[in-house]
Amino acid sequence: MAELRFTKDHEWIRLDGDVATIGITDHAQNALGDVVFVDLPEPGRDVTEGEACAVVESVKAASDVYAPVAGKVVETNAALVENPSLINSAPTGEGWFFKIGGVEAATVDALMDEAAYAAFVDTLA
Amino acid sequence: MADTELLETPLAGLHRDLGGRMVPFAGYAMPVQYPAGIMAEHLHTRASAGLFDVSHMGQAELIGEGAAAALEKLTPADVQILKPGRQRYGVLMTETGGILDDFMVANRGDRLFLVLNASRKHLDIPAIEAVLPAGVTLRPLPDRALIALQGPGAVPALATLAPAIAAMKFMDFAEHTIAGVPCLVSRSGYTGEDGVEISIPAEQATAVAKALLALPGVLPAGLGARDSLRLEAGLCLYGNDLDETTSPVEANLVWTMGKRRRTAWDFRGADRCRDELDNGPARLRVGIQPEGRQPARGHTPVQAGGAVIGEITSGGFGPSVNAPIAMGYVARGAAADGTALELMVRGKALPARICPLPFAPHRYAR
Repeated sequence: MAELRFTKDHEWIRLDGDVATIGITDHAQNALGDVVFVDLPEPGRDVTEGEACAVVESVKAASDVYAPVAGKVVETNAALVENPSLINSAPTGEGWFFKIGGVEAATVDALMDEAAYAAFVDTLA
Repeated sequence: MADTELLETPLAGLHRDLGGRMVPFAGYAMPVQYPAGIMAEHLHTRASAGLFDVSHMGQAELIGEGAAAALEKLTPADVQILKPGRQRYGVLMTETGGILDDFMVANRGDRLFLVLNASRKHLDIPAIEAVLPAGVTLRPLPDRALIALQGPGAVPALATLAPAIAAMKFMDFAEHTIAGVPCLVSRSGYTGEDGVEISIPAEQATAVAKALLALPGVLPAGLGARDSLRLEAGLCLYGNDLDETTSPVEANLVWTMGKRRRTAWDFRGADRCRDELDNGPARLRVGIQPEGRQPARGHTPVQAGGAVIGEITSGGFGPSVNAPIAMGYVARGAAADGTALELMVRGKALPARICPLPFAPHRYAR
């Protein structure tokens, strides 16, 4: 499986072919706390890089989730509607948010790798 | 960093030791949650007991002949009728009939004991001082901590250290020695549960808090759980649900206005309250139940039949009711229970209904 890349907004992205799976990082879910609701984008929607396209709500607050790359939303994680706590329990696994198709590998490669993201998170403490 | 300018409570070291996640609140660094998280802290408080540091709140005493009558110039609460050893909730008024703050007042026999909001105490204290006659003195008590122990297990656990507390009723107020420390204890709180609020000399607060945390069933809980608990209990948060523009009639706090006070109308801002009681207020605070799972937060516009009729003032997710919950102000004509609403969340209309408060039943020791 392809390695994860990361954004400064605490999304992760994993590219398989030209389809990218996107979710929020363990750091992000920990900062949000218990997730109680997620608002996912409609499949078929074209999104631009950095566009707010999902919302994650914890007990305390609502936060936007941004598209790390441009493309078309091809699938969303239906399991989150029934069980949004998957975002807390498995943020980079079953807690994925949506998939974007038509993604070029170079745009994903340009994002932070795991070590760079870990270093970025350290600067926030 | 702004963090260096934040005030700390006497329990700051304990919060760090407990892994509290500190956030700025009303000028203080306060724990929003501990490692267990808001959901677990909330549910544990309803099932057993949660310990909250609320030392950021203002404590003060009002001393001298005529203290109760003087305070009544600012509040529609009947303070003079309050018996020694009893406490009540009330509001302080602005000149124009808005709410300057909400507060607790207890009669200690020789003085009144006040608890004020952290974010408002700097305004309350001069407002009270301005109405005091010669011989009545307001004495702020910045060297006292305040801890709330809340939940059905709170008093049974605390009674193992101070058995007499078990005999207190809701809103009783008395001095008790806890873990060797003389404390001021009221059987009250901000969660809808049974419990106590304990005023402690600052230098002994950590020792008392540790003694309470050592009791079976007691876990620390932060401001996040405090907020979701009070919202489920339908209790107002100053700055969200109450402010200088809201009146006690609009806020559905007429019950805090004494019967004598509603005859004499001799408090600041009484004209507006009287007019609103006679003719009905323009808007009312109500409970709002969103349909489905999506929370609607404070400042969400509230519509009925496509027209804006109000705004949510507090909204979120209620862990005990396991659903989104909210309260807010709506036009009086749309305030009946069951009225269908649309909450405008991120441009989409979320269906909701007016509902009775509280969302979680109060379980006070009456």
